[in-house]
Amino acid sequence: MQEFGRSGAVALGLVTGLDSDLLAIVALSLQVSLSAVAMAALIGLPLGAAAAVGRFPGRRPLIVLLNAFMGLPPVVVGLVIYLLLSRAGPLGHLGILFTPAAMILAQTVLIVPIIAALSRQVIEDAWVEYGEQLRSLGSGPARSGFTLLWDTRFSLLTVILAGLGRASAEVGAVMIVGGNIDGVTRVMTTTIALETSKGDLPLALALGIVLITLVFALNASAYLIKEAVQRRHG
Amino acid sequence: MALKHCVHTRIGAAAAAVIAAPGWSADRFITVASTTSTEQSGLFRHLLPVFEKKSGIQVRVVALGTGQALDMARRGDADVVFVHDPAAEEKFVAGGYGLRRNEVMYNDFILVGPKSDPAKVAGGRDIVAALRAIQAAKAPFVSRGDKSGTHAAELRLWKLAGVDPVSGRGNWYRETGSGMGPALNTASSLNAYLLADRGTWLAFKNRGDLRIAVEGDRRLFNQYGIILVNPARHAHVKQAAGQQFIDWVVSSEGQRAIADYRIGGEQLFFPNAAAR
Repeated sequence: MQEFGRSGAVALGLVTGLDSDLLAIVALSLQVSLSAVAMAALIGLPLGAAAAVGRFPGRRPLIVLLNAFMGLPPVVVGLVIYLLLSRAGPLGHLGILFTPAAMILAQTVLIVPIIAALSRQVIEDAWVEYGEQLRSLGSGPARSGFTLLWDTRFSLLTVILAGLGRASAEVGAVMIVGGNIDGVTRVMTTTIALETSKGDLPLALALGIVLITLVFALNASAYLIKEAVQRRHG
Repeated sequence: MALKHCVHTRIGAAAAAVIAAPGWSADRFITVASTTSTEQSGLFRHLLPVFEKKSGIQVRVVALGTGQALDMARRGDADVVFVHDPAAEEKFVAGGYGLRRNEVMYNDFILVGPKSDPAKVAGGRDIVAALRAIQAAKAPFVSRGDKSGTHAAELRLWKLAGVDPVSGRGNWYRETGSGMGPALNTASSLNAYLLADRGTWLAFKNRGDLRIAVEGDRRLFNQYGIILVNPARHAHVKQAAGQQFIDWVVSSEGQRAIADYRIGGEQLFFPNAAAR
């Protein structure tokens, strides 16, 4: 138990001391995970809506696939992206292996199924409730999809937060495609893994406390914004 | 504390990352595939700022096991490899993946074990005899099992001892498939023996009951080499900047910087580029 106390003290020191290395790592973590969540939302939400209200061949296999891919192992996604972006791979000419761009790409692949599968469920439930009404108003599937996306936006916020949780917590994919390069691709989770490797467990745990606090703060602000908006618009 | 150095460049790098995630064309940099021992021992944190300040070339280190680092370079994902498995390095060069191999520095491997010393090997100098004793006592032994330079050295030593450790797998011989640090963490909690490089050991903080059991055998010699990836095979390799880094590492200035790196007054790496 002594370790937890020591880690708490180290974490407090890191945060209050505004350690500039730590700030840079936190900034990069946020940049990578928030970019990935934004991209995944742009792809996943329309995809989820289409799978919910659309009637097209292959829809049911698509739903099963999205559900299954919520559990994609980060280390496998990292490996696949690594092989694609490697100089010997098909996208090697881009030269983006071991850059934040590669990390954003890997995390986007990880989160799209989560956002698409969960939003599909949310929108389908709303579709059951309001489908008839929308159809009677003459809405086609595309129009209905967008209407329902808007109507369920508060539930979808939780979906997006689930995606953010996955992104900020994973280490396997960003370690492989980012390379954990000091000052370039080192983020919170890879730093924690490295400090654990060095046997500096109090520092590693302290960084973990900082990361969890950060994720908590992000979720709290999302919740407060949602509350405020809901109150204003009833 | 590890997180304390080079303040402005780091913030600058983070800012640049925020603004220009894809591309990264602005800065001059090279990518070096290296080993966990050079990174986790803190050598690079000591060495690279000196070179970066002098040359204006940023050195980006991806730290892996030697086997994986060479594989990464074979795929063209690094400009320079800086590793410690001479046999594998020579094979790499002979295969046309790298240009000349330069020796840089050495230190030694050590056999680390628990204070209780169930195999009664502590204080010895004969690593081969010690390994035989560990097998005879069926004392827990943690292996890297990750095709790293240290793993290759360990397998060579078992062979010299005439022991097939794989026969003890699942029993006293534990292959962890992990880096030096994680393997040390495992050994520390299992109170097991393991072969470690001295650099990582000196920098390692979670030792628990582990002590150095055997050291000083000349068969525990650990040579590091540096190689430029062959630009004829991968046209994008930054030959000029990569060679500049190699030239500096083997220069008297680079060699002195390596010799200057100490933890608790103890020197971790001994430069020997000039010796050859």
